[in-house]
Amino acid sequence: MTSQNESALADLDAIRANYSLTDEQRQIVDHVDRVSREVLHPLQARMDAEEWWPDDLFKQMGDLGLLGITAPEELGGSGQNEFTQALVSEVISKWNPAVGLSHGAHDNLCLNNLLRNGTEEQVKKYVPGLCSGDLVGALGLTEPGAGSDALGSMATTARRDGDDYIINGSKIYITNGPIADVILLYAKTDKSKGAKGISVFIIETDNPGFKVAQKLDKMGFRGSPTGELVFEDCRVPASAMVGAENSGVSVVMSGLDLERAMVASVCVGMAERALELGLEYAKIREQFGKPIASFQMMQSKLAEIYTEVETSRAFSYRALAACVGLPKGAGGRGEIHKLTAAACLYAGEAFNKAVTEACHIHGGSGYMQDTEINRLFRANKLLEIGAGTSEVRKIIIAEELLRA
Amino acid sequence: MNKQLRNDIDLPTHFMSDEQQALADQAGKFFMSEFLHLNAEMDDTDDLPPSVFPTLGKMGYLGLNVPPEFGGAGLDFTSACIITEELSRASAAIGLTHVAHDNLCVNNIYRNANDDLRKKYLPGLCNGTLVGALGLTEPGAGSDALGSMRTTAKKDGDDYILNGAKIYITNGPIADLVLVYAKTSPEKGAKGISAFIVETDTPGFKVAQKLNKMGFRGSPTGELVFEDCRVPAKNMVGKLDGGVAVTMSGLDLERAIVCFNAIGIAQRALDISIDYAKTRQQFGKPIANFQMVQAMLADMYTRIEAARSLSLKTVAMCEGLEEGEGGRGEIHKLTAAAIFKAAEVTSFVLDKAVQIHGGSGYMRDTEVNRLYRTGRVLEVGAGTQEVRKLIIAGELLKG
Repeated sequence: MTSQNESALADLDAIRANYSLTDEQRQIVDHVDRVSREVLHPLQARMDAEEWWPDDLFKQMGDLGLLGITAPEELGGSGQNEFTQALVSEVISKWNPAVGLSHGAHDNLCLNNLLRNGTEEQVKKYVPGLCSGDLVGALGLTEPGAGSDALGSMATTARRDGDDYIINGSKIYITNGPIADVILLYAKTDKSKGAKGISVFIIETDNPGFKVAQKLDKMGFRGSPTGELVFEDCRVPASAMVGAENSGVSVVMSGLDLERAMVASVCVGMAERALELGLEYAKIREQFGKPIASFQMMQSKLAEIYTEVETSRAFSYRALAACVGLPKGAGGRGEIHKLTAAACLYAGEAFNKAVTEACHIHGGSGYMQDTEINRLFRANKLLEIGAGTSEVRKIIIAEELLRA
Repeated sequence: MNKQLRNDIDLPTHFMSDEQQALADQAGKFFMSEFLHLNAEMDDTDDLPPSVFPTLGKMGYLGLNVPPEFGGAGLDFTSACIITEELSRASAAIGLTHVAHDNLCVNNIYRNANDDLRKKYLPGLCNGTLVGALGLTEPGAGSDALGSMRTTAKKDGDDYILNGAKIYITNGPIADLVLVYAKTSPEKGAKGISAFIVETDTPGFKVAQKLNKMGFRGSPTGELVFEDCRVPAKNMVGKLDGGVAVTMSGLDLERAIVCFNAIGIAQRALDISIDYAKTRQQFGKPIANFQMVQAMLADMYTRIEAARSLSLKTVAMCEGLEEGEGGRGEIHKLTAAAIFKAAEVTSFVLDKAVQIHGGSGYMRDTEVNRLYRTGRVLEVGAGTQEVRKLIIAGELLKG
């Protein structure tokens, strides 16, 4: 605009900064993009074919600076906020969804949760190892009988016994479960109090009462190890408790808000890859003597995929920005609870639509298991189930809408 | 990077400054008290109450992006969009009339006209004594607005002589001046178009008919005819044959701001649906207690906030867009995507809003039904959904 608007122009950089990345974030994203493309992308095929997790991959990610994004630098982390962590998740997931999933479970669900809620001693004991990749982390919430009703139906118990707690029960669908060294575990310390009788523990998996009952065989995200964990008279010292006794519900709920915003970012990264693959294929594939991209029906699909990618990106960034600096224990209710649930609900559905259309553009080849687009297509369903199903996300939103 | 972000967890929006939020609150309150009650009669009569433009002018809601020296409010584009949403929430029809006047006509003149024309017309347009419109679409030129345009402007001494017809022109029947696109060099196709300010008391200008719309009733829409309509050459806006740049960059801004007409309508539909679901009792309890209704409300909210996120990002990217910029590249793609999404979302939300209202939502004189009838055209005006997708795909495949 012209000179009359100079004052408005002065704010332009600030306005645009809301929607673009800082130089530091840009550098991080560029770095993660490069190493993910070079190191993680080539692992896809074998990981998918064999449900194979490369032994040293966490160590390698640690060396590449991909772990402990939100951890302070003195503990071996990158000292970034949750927004930047989500950007890292987005980019890793774009190039290798299975690694993205394992990375998120380790770095956000376990490490960041421990950072936010652990004592100084706990943080010092575990975070450096989690940042270097010497330790692999996981989070244990879901149980065979406790999915959407994770808190109410939780049957795993932790009974006080002198200076220890004795844990009994089982957890299922636990990402990184089969390879984890450290698990952040939710268990009922006071069954009579229902959801308000839950506490959080750090479990070291060399504990004799801990067992991986089975490694599970998934449709998508293959390679990211998922397992069923069993606790049989698993004895842990009281010092392994994270946060106060019976305060697990606030830890879990505020952690879940952040997790949902992160899952939205994972969806964005994968949707962006679906768009790239769809575009590439539509330009190269010729039928009726010309590239299929020259047909309006294909153009319509590409335009809709792009719109979904950009909509879910704008929404997830907005939700993430709202999560940054969220005080300990905040979240799990109110505006942030509703907004993160909605961003996650939207991003899951948007990715579903984007990857379905991108797979369709690939025609017969997209139906073949060993193509990248098919791997993305198979990954899709989980994003409408994990971190709260679409239905749970809607229940959260409706409750908040109807409260006023 | 988060210095500008609102992290207050009790706020519905996070990408607005305190000032913008205050502006929205103030405008929302005023529009609801001033305009909401006009909707029923406007829908019945399809007339705009004569008090509307003077009221908007007096309160400083005209010329939103025009600097104060020309009588405008001197706001940034994001603020104009926020006000558009608030206005549309109170009255969809007044929101439409306002955007046609303020963005399509007034902002276009401010961005592209010389100082003489700005000084002559902007003060009246900003105080509500002059009503503006924009004339692009023709009976034979819809999606192919530029290529198929048949209205011509032939040079004759110091004047141009306009001949042709324009259709579906918002504010056409009540406008004092119309920004008209016409072919000055028909042989050059889309590159032979110029823009003119036509005063509607010029001989040769005629409102052929006021059109009878399904929704947005009260915002007058018309067919305009130009028969040897003589316009001074100095009323040309921008360069001779430079109309395509004016239109295309104007259309990017139009698409960005119209997102907020759509979002305002959708937000109102959600608000009244929540109220209805809480008060309407069936099977002995409010229908809001049933999960199927809750799912509809949750989906409505989610899609509105998704569209709002993309729209807010898009208007931020439009801030400070230079004259003649736009109409291509990233901003062209982004604005097309934002309005595609906003229109799609609004149609979805309106459909669910009527569903929640049950039989009463099917009655023409309910607010939800009036809103429902507006939805369809948001997927048609300012480029159909198909044109928007052509733009996006065109940009995607260029790379």
